[in-house]
Amino acid sequence: MTQPKHLLSIEDLGLDGIREIMRLSDSFADLANRPIPKVPALRGKVVANVFYENSTRTRLSFESAIKRLSADVMTFVVANSSVNKGESLKDTANTLLELGADALIVRHSSAGVPMQIASWVDVPVINAGDGCHEHPTQALLDCYSISKLHKKLRRKSKNSAISFNGLVVGIVGDILHSRVARSLVTALNLLGAEVVLAAPRTMLPPAFESWDVVVSNDFDSLLGKLDIVYLLRIQSERMKVVSIPSLREYTTWYGLSMKRVKMLQKDALIMHPGPMNQGVEITPEVAQLPNCIVGEQVANGVITRMAVLFRLLVP
Amino acid sequence: MAERERMLRPPHGGKFVPRSEVMSAEDTKRAITRIAHEILERNKGADNLVILGLQTGGVDLTHRLAQTLEELEQTPIQVGTLDVAFYRDDIGLRPMIPQAETYIPCNLDNKIVVLVDDVLFTGRTVRAALNAISDWGRASCIQLAVMIDRGHREVPIRPDYVGKNIPTRRDEVIDVTEEGVMIGEMVKIKRQ
Repeated sequence: MTQPKHLLSIEDLGLDGIREIMRLSDSFADLANRPIPKVPALRGKVVANVFYENSTRTRLSFESAIKRLSADVMTFVVANSSVNKGESLKDTANTLLELGADALIVRHSSAGVPMQIASWVDVPVINAGDGCHEHPTQALLDCYSISKLHKKLRRKSKNSAISFNGLVVGIVGDILHSRVARSLVTALNLLGAEVVLAAPRTMLPPAFESWDVVVSNDFDSLLGKLDIVYLLRIQSERMKVVSIPSLREYTTWYGLSMKRVKMLQKDALIMHPGPMNQGVEITPEVAQLPNCIVGEQVANGVITRMAVLFRLLVP
Repeated sequence: MAERERMLRPPHGGKFVPRSEVMSAEDTKRAITRIAHEILERNKGADNLVILGLQTGGVDLTHRLAQTLEELEQTPIQVGTLDVAFYRDDIGLRPMIPQAETYIPCNLDNKIVVLVDDVLFTGRTVRAALNAISDWGRASCIQLAVMIDRGHREVPIRPDYVGKNIPTRRDEVIDVTEEGVMIGEMVKIKRQ
């Protein structure tokens, strides 16, 4: 397989790439339990976190992954940078390279910025979320979490290629504004899972008809056949036009309550990319359930990002 | 085995062609029994002993050695595996070998760790293993057992237990399997 230079979208990575990252993630999986949870694999490398948009878990998760690989991290936060003095994107990228960055992790509120930066620089660029476009590492960590935690998949032999055939994944909520959904649908399709989108029509992107998905706006009737319920956050900060009458109305139709959880299969897993709006898309009681694996998703995020960094930085 | 696997990957490539048998299956079995006795003699029994096989070539050997030790001492022996891919000093200089499982059965503080590998060559794998082990605790003592010591060391590392010393040329390849030890060469296969 050819060495990928960047990680910009799931489509670029392809099925082989997804499988390779998941396999590599396995070898980092037990690291957290060691007395010294670090390996010297990327010693001497410098990775720059370039975040033009707010983030808690993605940035800290990358930072943690970088540190566990013994690389050094530079963090660029737009709020206290020279961007406020008019520094351009290209200037910022070049400055970071001059300071010795061996890879750039980019998040921006406009779609396409990581691709644009990747065309300017000759170091690996990792897309950590660009506008409403893609968030590939989130999709990778979600697929890795599913492969590790869903009972249907855990039984399969260790060496067989990972496949989600027969798995039904329901993605619920604001798909229009969700870069997570965009990356995840592509990844799940490649892995062979059946994807169902449950959302009000106003929260579906115009392009969904070209995806290999089933769309439903009757969440309750879906619940019984789902193996995974993937809840998305209602992104009020991205809504330019109001797409739902009220949050309460959304909660009534699509919020995951205990009543709805009871309609799920016994082994079904509940996932959320975070941060959760408890009381909107999920009730606080459901968030506490053992089959709600939000915590595991965060832990697997570090593992998967280590795999991505290792894959891109080691020739 | 590990050495052969490594040589099979690009940029080496090619096919392993055995030239002659260095040790028969019986010879390796006797060597394992002798090494087991030497380990017990030197450490005055099997207390605090942890046997770690280096992935991938040392793993099979480790299980055979542990089995012999258990038969001799009538006590269970702690066995683990160690993959040093992330600790190597040539990361990035050559293609990455697929990672294999690392399993350390217990905290290594105050344990006697015996590292096991099939072939000792440059010593760089063992150097990486020493670094890796220190991440799991401070062993009271680390010893090295190998089936074949073929020379050409690049770092000051010396084995404690050796099945057989074999002088080799650098370009030769040693293949240790359950059926014995073969010496041979990698032969390039012409790409079509």
